[in-house]
Amino acid sequence: MMPARLQRTLLTVAGAVVAVLLAMGISSIAILAAGASPVTALGAMFDFGDTQPEVVNALTFILNRAVPLFIAGLAVAIGFRMNLFNIGVEGQYRIAAIVAAFVGSQFVLPGPIQITLIIVVAMLVGGLYAFIPAVLKVTRGVNEVISTIMLNYIAVNLAAFLVRGPFAGERTAGKLTTSTPELPESAWFPNLNVLFEMFGLPAPRSGLWGFLMVAILLGVIIWLVLERTRFGFEVKASGLNPPAALASGVDAKRMVISAMVLSGAIAGLIGLPEILGRTHAYGSNFTAGLGFLGIAVALLGRNKPAGIAVAALLFGFLDRASAPLQFADIPPSVVAIIQGSIVLMVVIANEVTSRMSIRQEERRAARQLGTTQRAEVAA
Amino acid sequence: MLRSQFGKMTMVTAAGAMLMAAAACGGGTDTTASPAASSGASSEAPQASGLKIGLAYDVGGRGDKSFNDSAYAGLERAQKELGAEIKDLSPAADGSNRGELLRQLAEAGYNPIVGVGFAYGEDIQKVATEFPDLQFAVVDSASNGPNVTGLLFAEEQGSYLAGVAAAEKSKSNHLGFVGGVENDLIKKFQAGFEAGAKSVKSDVKIDIKYLTPDGDFSGFKAPDKGKIAAEKMYQDGADIVYHASGDSGLGVFQAAAAAGKQAIGVDSDQYETVKEADLKKVIMTSMLKRVDVGVFEFIKAFQGGAKGGTNAIYDLKVDGVGLSTSGGFIDDVTAKVDEAKKKIVDGSITVPSKP
Repeated sequence: MMPARLQRTLLTVAGAVVAVLLAMGISSIAILAAGASPVTALGAMFDFGDTQPEVVNALTFILNRAVPLFIAGLAVAIGFRMNLFNIGVEGQYRIAAIVAAFVGSQFVLPGPIQITLIIVVAMLVGGLYAFIPAVLKVTRGVNEVISTIMLNYIAVNLAAFLVRGPFAGERTAGKLTTSTPELPESAWFPNLNVLFEMFGLPAPRSGLWGFLMVAILLGVIIWLVLERTRFGFEVKASGLNPPAALASGVDAKRMVISAMVLSGAIAGLIGLPEILGRTHAYGSNFTAGLGFLGIAVALLGRNKPAGIAVAALLFGFLDRASAPLQFADIPPSVVAIIQGSIVLMVVIANEVTSRMSIRQEERRAARQLGTTQRAEVAA
Repeated sequence: MLRSQFGKMTMVTAAGAMLMAAAACGGGTDTTASPAASSGASSEAPQASGLKIGLAYDVGGRGDKSFNDSAYAGLERAQKELGAEIKDLSPAADGSNRGELLRQLAEAGYNPIVGVGFAYGEDIQKVATEFPDLQFAVVDSASNGPNVTGLLFAEEQGSYLAGVAAAEKSKSNHLGFVGGVENDLIKKFQAGFEAGAKSVKSDVKIDIKYLTPDGDFSGFKAPDKGKIAAEKMYQDGADIVYHASGDSGLGVFQAAAAAGKQAIGVDSDQYETVKEADLKKVIMTSMLKRVDVGVFEFIKAFQGGAKGGTNAIYDLKVDGVGLSTSGGFIDDVTAKVDEAKKKIVDGSITVPSKP
């Protein structure tokens, strides 16, 4: 008889492998349907270019794309871990990003202080915006899924209004996009190009966003909070078994509010890598939809910081493939199909394997119970 | 417990994929003889091996039967008439990789490179400074660098003609306008359309609806929203709806077909580009924004050695905008339209560009 732990590990490995294979199969069918070869597609996805600058640029794009996705995944995961579906990450980060970008453009302080203040403003706004559905839930019992979705519409439209109205900066003639006033240079987050230069590689053209460091730090802090503190335990307990958590003295209302606000505060950071690292303003071209992608990233990462990091990198890797795929005459929508099928398959595989192992666990327990009882009778 | 192990396994599998990626790119680097010569070589190579034109679409991509397809028509013409090698790329749905597309085209040796849509303004500016030896053009946005050409159109003039035709043809004296995104560019269409319609019948009623607010570009690819907006207008009594909403226009045509009313297309001659027969017959005319002319003329000028730094404006005078007559629906009012056109060209009518 195999030890239980080994058996479970094998089961999960098998589940993950099957999930990835199935996702590849589905994507291949889609690629074939689009009239292209899956092998060419795979080759294009791993084609990072022939020269050092091209490879460096490709890696930088993946990392720069992964940073906001990672933060978005973390924000969503905190709610998910206590069965709180914060669909409002999208609205929280948009509203936080525009307010932070505008506030940051209104004063000039030494770099570290200025950047810290912008980060604090973003977290405050995101947290406050998430406070609304939290209060609605604990006081009036409003389902957070509905309220956050509705608040997304308000946030998106409010941000669009602010960027062309009260928060609009100067616009050069002939420019159609609007944006908040440009941040002073002290608020520009220094890039991490030195990481490449250290190894004698050329600096990436677009610049590796320094916010990567903040994201890594954030991931470590969230991991510590969730796994090593009483708060983290209470979050987990509330998610796994709310009545049991309540019975053992966890204040459910307080947990809903604090988890939701924490989720919103982290969501507030999603837009900052782009604003502090590249655009230096919130404009009409601001990347939208990261909050929704965060849901997929959190699901794929099993709501764990390390898993979310891998999921974000995987999404960044797939998103980068968009251009090389088109160079190989394959439609870029293939990327979205691959992303969707991987998330779907991983979720299904996890559900199937967890059910299988619960059944095995029950059987094992029953067997053990049986043998001990027989022993007692014999005695 | 189980969950954490599963998570780890997924992680390991994905990490394996990433490692493979790293290995693959490492291999690629090794096989190349001169790794550092990318930008220098790429800017010289195309001149020697013929014309290589790169084009990056706006959100919506090729196949929108409108704006982007019009740009492609110009590119295709350059391929046929100038023997150019062409490559066209579409951005991700959130537009986050616009700059990356331009960089990849530049690195692959394409020159000149065209960005289709005002959203490319900032990205072109950045990439153009990174590749000062290459020439860039951006549709719908002003030049913002010494190697960037701005390709601009007088949409309000073409829309004025659409307004004249619509007001002449309307029986209910009630028109509609569906704009994709409420920004200054689409407002030019609205302003021209209103001015044109009111020049014919000063009491004409015009319903205005924008699908998404400024900054939210989803309004250019939301046929469902376009359909709802147009349905409402037709129910309220409008009999002709003009759309300036890219992909969403398909929804406007569907609503027109369902209501048995008419619609006006935009950018391309949509009577020709829309495939569905039942939708074709509702497209009374299209306001042509000859992005194809702009793109082609730019490429030709580039071949002749032209450098960027200025704007090229395509208006009625140079047929950069106009009104299509396919289907013959407006044959009875072409005289009125031509008269308005003549007045705009000779300057006796100045069309407002703001509503």
